[in-house]
Amino acid sequence: MPDLIEQLYESIGQNPHEIRDDESIARIEVHKNEVLGVHLVPGLEVDAEETEDGLDAAITVTRGTRIEKPVQVCFGMMPERGLQKIVLDIRIEDEASAAIIAHCTFPFAREITHTMDAEIRVGHGAEYAYFERHVHGPEGGVRIVPKTRVTVEQGGRFSTEFELIKGRVGTIDLELEATCKAHSVMDVKARIGGSGDDRINLNEIGRLIGEGARGALTSHIAVRDAARAEILNTLTASAPFARGHVDCKEIVQDQAVAKAVPVVEVNHPKAHVTHEAAIGSVDTKQLETLMSRGLDEDAAAALIIQGMLN
Amino acid sequence: MGVLDVEGVFLTKNGVPILNGLSLEVWEGHVHAVVGPNGAGKSTAASVIMGLAGYRDFEGDVLLGGESIKDLSVTERGRRGLTLAWQEPARFEGLSVSDFIGATLDGENREVIRESLDMVGLEPDDYIDRAVDKSLSGGERKRIELASILAMNPRVVVMDEPDSGIDVAALEHIFDNLDTLKERNTTVLLITHSPTVLRRAEHAFLMCCGRVVDKGSVERIAPYFEQQCIPCDHKNRPEKDAAGT
Ligand SMILES: Nc1ncnc2c1ncn2[C@@H]1O[C@H](COP(=O)(O)OP(=O)(O)OP(=O)(O)O)[C@@H](O)[C@H]1O
Ligand SMILES: [Mg+2]
Repeated sequence: MPDLIEQLYESIGQNPHEIRDDESIARIEVHKNEVLGVHLVPGLEVDAEETEDGLDAAITVTRGTRIEKPVQVCFGMMPERGLQKIVLDIRIEDEASAAIIAHCTFPFAREITHTMDAEIRVGHGAEYAYFERHVHGPEGGVRIVPKTRVTVEQGGRFSTEFELIKGRVGTIDLELEATCKAHSVMDVKARIGGSGDDRINLNEIGRLIGEGARGALTSHIAVRDAARAEILNTLTASAPFARGHVDCKEIVQDQAVAKAVPVVEVNHPKAHVTHEAAIGSVDTKQLETLMSRGLDEDAAAALIIQGMLN
Repeated sequence: MGVLDVEGVFLTKNGVPILNGLSLEVWEGHVHAVVGPNGAGKSTAASVIMGLAGYRDFEGDVLLGGESIKDLSVTERGRRGLTLAWQEPARFEGLSVSDFIGATLDGENREVIRESLDMVGLEPDDYIDRAVDKSLSGGERKRIELASILAMNPRVVVMDEPDSGIDVAALEHIFDNLDTLKERNTTVLLITHSPTVLRRAEHAFLMCCGRVVDKGSVERIAPYFEQQCIPCDHKNRPEKDAAGT
């Protein structure tokens, strides 16, 4: 096994053999602009092209295919500096289902930019679950720019979860736009912990345009030191029985600053969208409960924040 | 002198007097009940004893083992073995029952956590990996609060209505837990509205209007539940209106 593959897996705390020796697990490993490994399973098609700074890939799950085990994807860069641009065109064809677990790892980053442009189509009655976990180094020298556009066709189900709680954030500018047709479901979650001078910007837009479409935008963010977070979540419902919820929780410590703007728009009398936003320091009663068991204040706060982000 | 002493505490909130010269002497290894009408100041007394935010500025003193703990933080009080089971325990999103109960235990102590869940009558397998969040019922949350206290094994615990919102079967567990605490020589200050729970105590205080209006044996205090606050002049006292005062 090439050294780089071992390093990638090591940085995400995983044993490469567990994934690579199992023929039933599909996987794609990419370092900078180089595809180090691809293993496919029936019904999963990948057409990848290495570009100057990254990768341009079309991933298709063919009609009716149900991929049992999550596809494992690893995008990483071991050097301290560089640029990685990923362009993805993901198609989950009608009645197909698949999950992807993506690890984005930049363990030694000092000046790295990682951009991801993803176009996703979840077909009629199809199901797609995407989970992206970032592992960053302690320096904060990363800029992450993920841009995702999603269309969920009638009866489709789409969920996506973005996790960045290991290492420093650096800067993240995340944009997501999802359009949901009749009786489809979308579930968008982000969990991010920022410190130092990290900058977290989320801009998520959900459009529930089909009858009975349901959607949730959930952001749980914790910032400390001089970090800043700004969350702009917009959810629009414009069809009968469309149901949506926007949930934004931010815990702020030290000099950090957090801002949340939940926008809900309802254009149909039979649609319903709710929102909740809570920004503040760690809850006193929670803190005091743990302190009354002998935990010091910092340890108690860390435990509470870890819970919220997990 | 008791293991826990509250000495002449006066506390006002927004200009309203809440505690009016409250004094309690709590003896080591004994179960003491505190009873009294809604609004008597029982939970306020618990907050003062634990040193919670908003309850640190008062006249009088609180002593643990004969030493004033007035200036100690909640953590320092916790580390000296004083703790509180909340009347309405906090919910923690995403925090697992095992992390909550195990928060103050050294290292991996899954056995102690399982044992303490078992002691409050919750099946460890069903609860240990759940979150201490809104998904727990009120009674379940209170039992987990008690489990965390059993795991901590404190020297003195103030239990604020451990029986409220608890079903009959769970109440039996609470009685067992009181016995366990007693076997361990843990001192218990038990706030309750239940005559049945009161009977499990060895001594009792009757609180009204922010102070102790009567104290002594359980037999002495028990009639309060039938007669309602006879020794004092509480605003809810039935015959007060009749008397035209
Ligand atoms: N911030 C405040 N401002 C004014 N009054 C307050 C404040 N906090 C508490 N009180 C009052 O203090 C009194 C004592 O409250 P406390 O919660 O201690 O009562 P309790 O004896 O525990 O009652 P219960 O049996 O209902 O639990 C109540 O009348 C309450 O309304
Ligand atoms: Mg009370």
